[in-house]
This record gives sequence, structure tokens and C-alpha cells, in this order.
Amino acid sequence: MSNKSITEIVNKNLKTRYKKEARFKKYGQLSIFLAVTFLFIFFTSIISKGYSAFYQAEIFLKVDLNQEYIDPDNTNDLEEIRYSDFDGVINESLYSLFPQIIKRSDKRQLRDLMSSGASITVQQLVLDDLSLIGQTINIWLPLDDEVDMLIKGNIDVDLPEQARRISDMQINFIEILQKKGLIKNKFNKNLFLSGDSRESEQAGILGAFVGSALMLTITFLIAFPLGVSAAIYLEEFAPKNKFIDFIEVNINNLAAVPSIIYGLLGLAVFINYAGMPRSAPLVGGLVLALMTFPVIIIAARASLQSVPPSIRDAALGVGASKMQSIFDHILPLALPGILTGSIIGMARALGESAPLIMIGMVAFVVDIPTSPLDSSAALPVQVYLWADSPERGFVEKTSAAIMVLLVFLLLMNSLAIWLRNKYEIKW
Amino acid sequence: MFSYLFVILMVFAIFIYFYAKKYSITIRNQSGYLHSLPQYYGFYASLWFLIPSLIIISLYLIFAESFITSTLINTLPNDIKTLSSAELNLVLNDIKNLAVGNIANSSSFTEITEAANFYNKQNQLIDKVVFYSSLIIGLLTFTYAFKTISSSYRARNFIESAIHVLLFGSALIAIFVTAGILLSVLFEALRFFEVISFSDFLFGLSWSPQMAIREGQIGSSGLFGAVPLFAGTILISLIALLLAVPIGLLTAIYLSEYADIKVRAIIKPILEILSGIPTVVYGFFAVVTVAPFIRNIGSMLGLDIASESALGVGLVMGIMIIPLISSLSDDVISSVPQSMREGSYGLGATKSETIKKVILPAALPGIIGGILLAASRAIGETMIVVMAAGLSAKLSFNPIEAVTTVTVQIVTLLTGDQEFDSPKTLAAFALGLTLFVFTLFLNFIALKIVRKYREQYE
Amino acid sequence: MSNNEFNNFKTVGNTKTSNEVVMSVENCNVFYGDNQALNNINIDVGRSEVLALIGPSGCGKSTFLRCLNRLNDTIDSCKVTGKIHLEEEDIYSGEIDVVMLRARVGMVFQKPNPFPKSIYENVAYGPKIHGITTSKQELDELVEVSLEKAGLLDEVKDRIHTPGTSLSGGQQQRLCIARAIAIKPDVILMDEPCSALDPIATEKIEDLINELKENYAIVMVTHSMSQAARVSQRAAYFHLGHLVEVGDTKKIFNNPEHELTKNYISGRTG
Repeated sequence: MSNKSITEIVNKNLKTRYKKEARFKKYGQLSIFLAVTFLFIFFTSIISKGYSAFYQAEIFLKVDLNQEYIDPDNTNDLEEIRYSDFDGVINESLYSLFPQIIKRSDKRQLRDLMSSGASITVQQLVLDDLSLIGQTINIWLPLDDEVDMLIKGNIDVDLPEQARRISDMQINFIEILQKKGLIKNKFNKNLFLSGDSRESEQAGILGAFVGSALMLTITFLIAFPLGVSAAIYLEEFAPKNKFIDFIEVNINNLAAVPSIIYGLLGLAVFINYAGMPRSAPLVGGLVLALMTFPVIIIAARASLQSVPPSIRDAALGVGASKMQSIFDHILPLALPGILTGSIIGMARALGESAPLIMIGMVAFVVDIPTSPLDSSAALPVQVYLWADSPERGFVEKTSAAIMVLLVFLLLMNSLAIWLRNKYEIKW
Repeated sequence: MFSYLFVILMVFAIFIYFYAKKYSITIRNQSGYLHSLPQYYGFYASLWFLIPSLIIISLYLIFAESFITSTLINTLPNDIKTLSSAELNLVLNDIKNLAVGNIANSSSFTEITEAANFYNKQNQLIDKVVFYSSLIIGLLTFTYAFKTISSSYRARNFIESAIHVLLFGSALIAIFVTAGILLSVLFEALRFFEVISFSDFLFGLSWSPQMAIREGQIGSSGLFGAVPLFAGTILISLIALLLAVPIGLLTAIYLSEYADIKVRAIIKPILEILSGIPTVVYGFFAVVTVAPFIRNIGSMLGLDIASESALGVGLVMGIMIIPLISSLSDDVISSVPQSMREGSYGLGATKSETIKKVILPAALPGIIGGILLAASRAIGETMIVVMAAGLSAKLSFNPIEAVTTVTVQIVTLLTGDQEFDSPKTLAAFALGLTLFVFTLFLNFIALKIVRKYREQYE
Repeated sequence: MSNNEFNNFKTVGNTKTSNEVVMSVENCNVFYGDNQALNNINIDVGRSEVLALIGPSGCGKSTFLRCLNRLNDTIDSCKVTGKIHLEEEDIYSGEIDVVMLRARVGMVFQKPNPFPKSIYENVAYGPKIHGITTSKQELDELVEVSLEKAGLLDEVKDRIHTPGTSLSGGQQQRLCIARAIAIKPDVILMDEPCSALDPIATEKIEDLINELKENYAIVMVTHSMSQAARVSQRAAYFHLGHLVEVGDTKKIFNNPEHELTKNYISGRTG
């Protein structure tokens, strides 16, 4: 075979080979394009469904806090006032906007436009300032979630009346009120300031947020010291033998055990055996701590490994004990890396819901938890619960809760990256 | 009581720390020599006080409840003692409820009220014993330790060995957690297998765990054949892997072999975001976006796709594991030595030829390890399937039908009100055991392959 | 040694070869980002001879070698100017495709880098990707001939399907040479091919190079001056990115013209 013929052979196939090359590269680009597209669709879907939850339709009412309704016996007793007919005064004010409505059933339809949270708002106002009794106040009050959905355009008006949960007459009412400028979208404070509720317009994420915060605190307090200690032992003290290998295999496997299994462990050990309360952030925190523990060990070991041996030798060389060289020199140098890994582990714990469901954190909890032993929800579990609710209003609430959750995850991850970039030392 | 006792112990410990530290300083001043720094003597004395007290308290926490309960049962009248364990538990619960001041169902019985009083008294007694004994024993051990303090006593070495033990103990926790998982799941699963035979569970073809409320009702036994669940789990995981492996692998290849630094700097964080999204969010995404989308496409093609189809769930799960596969493959591909690439380019191979014929074969073990890890993640994934997959166990490999999975059933069986002893709840633990053993096996193999692969090029 | 003495520097000695010219380099400059790694290199590579590139570490000799088959292309920041001809075609102008170039200019690396495949597959790799053979039989023959030429056939005849990585270092390097000659290149580039080997393996490779030079043009980077003296007919001395002196190996070693070459040969730089 002469060299000429090699050139010819290579030339003959060259075109096909380059075509294949280009095609292969296209596949790679396509894959990346797909991955990016998924993320894009994902965010558009969540944001487009969720942004509207941040505002809420409210109605402007002149409410006459008539003493006939509120504290009719003039007791001035807060308990007595608490149980007054606040719905009554709101309804009166509503009727006065439509004097032509007299039929009971029509009045009822008008009443149903209001959120049941409206009377609570007025009640709170009066309880805070008793001098308001007998006066007329101008106030924005929340409307029912169906009305809210209608105004946000989520209800198809063209459907036959029976197919919607809002009647033609109610739609008519709303149109009139809108023309008068009495209905407006206001920022939905409730979403951030209240606990869960069966009524989507009153449901908020504060309870779930506090629950998650309590849990993460417990998780961190347990998993971080234990994880770092274990990492220090394995990295600095552990002899090379079968038993240590066994521990290491355990740690690596634990990091990959499905989270639901940790939930089963929590249910069997913490709740059934130790008798801890169900749905409590304490148990949730413990379970998440067990889950995060191996993650922190792995991160901490990597970080300890990256401290060069020369530092150790230097410390030992000036007469420090091994323990002193570790705690005075190596650990401080490894700490940023350990923290970075731990924060990422904590972020994963924050998004975890399967084990929490196992330990009963799916209970419907209205109150904001005040201690780790109270029943509580958690942010991701709240997402799960709301996603399961049939009311339309909860779809946007779910998306909004997801947005809040993602913001926190993003914050934690940015913190981790910031820490890494700020303190990372390249040896 | 414990918050009290705890505060008191801490106050004592702090006081002892300063006292012993000061004492060691006087020794140093007198003899002109002290082996360790004074604070080590402080810690030394404090530890000798704290550790015995804490041991007593933990013993109390572990054993007191069962001890009191067993003495309580002994005082109960015979007709209650002989009740079945479930009913006895109810009575005990009533007593305990009453003891803490809640109104119990059967509080009208005088025996119960008496027992509640007895229970309270016992509790108070034991509380007192623990309170004083922990303090006294702590102080005794402290006095002993305090006497050993001298200028030549090596307090630092003591503290360091204590820390050493503590560090070792932390590492041991990994074993305890594994054992804890295995035992807790195994224990309940074994109870399940007392009722349902192991082979019926593992090879049975129908799953309908609804136990009848009243005994003797038709179908009261429930069916616990888990094959449909395994089939569903495998179907969904396969769909997920079919989507994620090519995309994840090609993404990794493109990023490590073709992309310049700028593209990498943009794409890598995007993949990290994808991997950081909580699975519950993916579940919601599957329900509200992907499932309706697939249904619509199906109806355009004249297919009736279930709204909880395995296809939709599998696709979303695939999206979830793309970043996992791509980051693991990226690591593996980057660790193929540059000399392999140069050897191939040097022979006139194009980039794609080099990748397909040299790099991928070299990286194959590592990539397979990564895929196994991803498979284990898919099999154990819970939230996506709980939210978006079906509940009824149908033995089907048709991706457009709704199937259910192991994790879905675990969640379904364990949420809502249930007695803890019914086969229905125990079945969840049997499923959990299967899941644990299977994923453990996958992880073990995968980690072993990956590790071996890394060693090959180190 | 300041850079100033290289202002308007011109290579001393004879850059031309007395044999048939296979490659010729004209005014070649190489940059890594803003750093200039090679300055104005001019040299010819002739058939049936071994050209040794010598010089201290970091002098640019490996960089130069990798220009000859455009392996520097894989480094993003690397830029090459000037002209390098393979026979009549300029390899950097697009007249000749890079795949074709590398098929005709083979390379052997510093550390033996057999692919994690069988011995057979390693040698068959090049012929397969270029489609040189048309039948299995032809390919088998080619593999055998190449192994034979690389002096490896006798040692591996009965285990040709075992992994290439299972061979000893010297055998691996000869396998890499077999792999390179299987596609019958015009030129073989060798980047310190013996630096990772023991003396006995080195001797075998040197013998092999001696045989191979009959049919190929060989350009070899080496750190060992004695090796250069043993195997090469021409030698080129590089210093700080400049080609200082080129000439017959004997002349370079016995009677160097340039001060820098003298210093290096006598062991004062290195």
C-alpha cells in the first residue's frame, strides 16, 4: 500500500466522518437545549400559575359597626364582643349597596361573595379599638376565593351556570361593583402572615414556614456537630482496618438511601417506640438530621482532605498535640468548605417531604407552632397538601408556596456559593 | 422537671469548671509547674461531674416509662390484666391521659382513677429519685476526680482522649443509623410476615390491602401480592432512565468535550438548579403541567392516556435525574486521562470518534455506576409518584395506563388514621424493607464500581 | 539569560535536510494567550532520518512537535502563525484536513497511553476509523505486520486479545508505536518516548527507531543527549522558545557554533 492510496482512502471517508461528527455534536447541543427547556417550562409553569396568589380581590365597604349587632348589651366585655355578629354588620353594608335586592335567596348570593375571613378582620379591628363600636368605618375586606378566581380570569364565564360554583347573578353583582370601583386587587398579606386554612383566600404559609425553620434548626444543631466530629475522626484518627471500612461503606450507602426509609425509621423509632408526638417539628428535625448526617460527613471529609499535610506537620512541629493541631489549624481552614457542603445538605433537607409525611406532618394545622413539640406543617408538605386540595384557589397558592420555597433554596445555595468563593483557598 | 434539672446541672458544671481551674492555678503557683493549661483541669472536673449525671438521666429516659407501666399493670385488677394487649394498651392510655389531667373515656371507673393516682405517685417518686441521685452521684465522682488534680496530672491527655471517644462515637452513629433502619423496618416487616406469607407477598399478583372494618366482612383479609407494585415501580423508573440517561450523558459529554468555559459556566448552574428543585415541586409540575399536556397529545393521536399515566410520571422523574446522571458522568468523563484523547487525536480520529471509541469505553464502568445510582434514586423517589401516579395496583406494562409504586403504597398505607398493628400498616414496613434492601444493593454495587473505576486512573 | 539577545535572532547551522523534504516549517510562531512560546522557527524534516529536538525544559521543543500534527489545536488559548508544509500542502491553511494530517503524521507520547482495549483493538483502532482495510482478514494481517514492525509480535502473539494495559511499560510504548505505524504515516513524532521507561526497554525502543527511520521521517523530542547522539542524524537545539542551532548530530555535539548550544552540550545549562 503506497502513501498515495492512504490519502485517497482517508479522503474517501472524510465527508461521512465529518457528517457523523457534526451529527454527534448536534445531539449534545440538543440534550442541553432540552435540559434548559425543561427548566424554562418548569419556571414559566410555576410562575404563571403562582404570581396571582400574591394579590387578592378585596371590596371597599362602609361598615356601620352598629351596636345592635356588636355588644348589644353594652357589656364592654371582650369575650362578649368577640362573639358578636360581625357577619351581620358586613352583610348590612353589602345590602346597602344593592337596595333593590330583597329576596332572601338573592341576598344570600350577595353574602356569599364575601370571604369568611372578612368578619375576622373586622372583629380584630374592633377588639383592638373598642371606641369604634357605633361608628362607621371604611375598609377593604377580602372576597371569597371563587370571586377572586373569577376576577383573575380563572373561571370560564361561558360555561353553563350549573357547571360553575359562581352564579350568573353573582357575576352581575361583581360587574356592578367593579364598575363602581369598589373591587380592587390588593397585596395578599394573608399568604405570609397566617397559617393553613380550608378557605384558600385565608390560607397562608407562616405556619409551614415556622415549622420548617424549627426543623432545620434542630437538624443543624444535631447533624452538623455530629457530622463534623465523625468526619474529623475518619479523616484524622481512624486506623486503616475492616471496621473503619465498614463505617465508610455505611456512610456512603446512607447518603443514597431513599428518604422515605428515614421516614419509616422515624415512625418506628421516634413515634412508636419513644412515644414522641406526631407531626412535631422535633421529630421532623431528628429525621432530617439523620438524613443530612452522612451528607455533612462526606462534605466535611472532602474539605478536611483539601487542607495540605504541610499545615499538619507545621503545627505538630512546634509541639502541638494532634488534637490541638486539628482544632487550632486544620478545622478553621476546612470550615468554609464544611459549611458550604452543610448548607447544601440543609437545603436538601428543607425541600424534603416524604419522610415528614411518614411521621404524620400531613395533619391540617391552622395554628402557628410555638415550640418544637407543637403540631406543625413544613413548607414542602404544605405544597403537597395544597396541591391535593380540590379548590381552584389552591392551585395558585401551591405555586406561590413553591415560589417561596424555591426562593429560600436559592438563598441557601447562593450563601453556600458565596461562602465557597469568599473563603476558598487554593492550595 | 428536666428543664430544671438540666439548668441546675449546667450551673453546677460551670461552677465546677471555674473552681477546678482556679484550684489548678494555685497548684501551679505553689509548685511552679502544671502539666496542662488550667482550663483543661476545669473541663476535666466538669466532665467527671456531668457524665455520670447524664448517664443516670438517659437511663431514666430509656427505662422509666416501661418500668412504671409494668408496675402499673401489676396493680390493676385481674380482669383488666388478662385483656388482650391491644385492649390493655387502650386502658393504659386512658390511665395516662387521666393522670395528666385529660378526660378519658373510661374515667368513670374507680379502678382507672385509682390507677391514675398510682401512676402519678410512681412518676413523682421516680422523678425525685432521679433528680437527687444524678446530682449526688455527679458530685461524688467530681470529688474523686478533684482529688486527683496535681501538678503532674495530665489533664490535657484526659480531655483529648475524651474528645477522641466523642469523635469515634460520632462516626459510630453511621452504623447505628443503618442498624436502626434495618431493625425498625425488619421488626415490623417480620410481624407482617407472620400474617401474610413471604412468598405471597413477594410473588403475589394482586394488591388490595383494604382490610375490612368489621371482622368477617367479605374480603376482610386483604390481598398483599406486591408484584404489581414492583412492576409499576420498574416501569416508571425505566421511563425515567430512558429519558434521563441519553440526555444526561450527552449533556455531560458536550459539556466536558465540546463546550467552552463560557457555556459550561452557564449550563452547569442550570443543571444544579434542576437538581436542587424539591421533588414535591416536580410532583406538582407533573400533575398540573405534564400530565394534562400528555393527555392532550394522546387525544390528538386518538389515544386515551390516563391522567396519572406512568408515562407522565416517568418523564418528570426523568427530568429530575438528568442532573444526577450528567454530573456523575461529567466527573467520570473528566477523569479519563488527557493522554487517551491525545493518543486518539494523534491517530487522526475525529472528536466524536474519540469520544465514542475511546473515552466512553474507558469511562463505561463509572457511567454504569452513575446510572445504577440514578436508578436507585428513581426507585426510591416518593413525592413525584405520590402526587402524580395512580393508587390502584394494576399489573401492567403499558406506559399510558396508571400504575402504582412501592413508595406510593407505603405513603398510602401509613397516612390517615390507622391502628399500628393491622397488617395494612405492617405491610408498609414490609414494602419499606424490600425497598431498602433493593436500593442498598444497587447503591453498594454502584459505589463499588465507581470507586474501582476511580482507583484505576489515580 | 535575558530575552534581549534574541532580538532579530537567526538560527545558526543548516536548517535544510540532505534527504527528500517531507515537512518544512517557515516562520512558525506559537502563542499561548499573550505568551509567545515559539519564535520564528524555520526547519525542514527529511525522509529516512531521525531529527532530535533537544534543549532545556520549557524551551518549546514539545510545543513545536505538537505543531507538526496540530495537536495544539486541542488547547483553546493556543495560536499558531507561519507556514508548515507537509509535502506541498500547508497544514494550517486548510489545504489539508486535520484528520488527514494526523493520519499522515503519527505520534508517540511521553507516557505510554494504550487505550483500555485489547492489544489487537489498540493497533486496529487507526485502520478502523480511517477505513483502511476492507476485510477482517486484511485487518488481521495489518495488525500482525504492525506488531511485527514494532518488534512486539513475538512477545504478545498468544495474547493479542488481552488488554493493552496489562503489558509492561516498554511493551506498552512499543504497542503505541505499532498503533501509530498501522496507518502508515509519512512522519512519526515522538515526545520523549523513553522517559518513562527503564534502560533495557529504552534500548529496545532505540533499536526500533533505528529500523523505522528507513521508511519514515521521525521527529523526536528527547531529554537525553546521549540518546540523541545514538539515534538521530540531525539535531535541533531549542532555547527559550527559539531554535538556536540545527545541524548534523555529529556536528552539533562535537562542534557547536552557538554559545548557548555549547553551554548546553557541555552541561552548563540544562
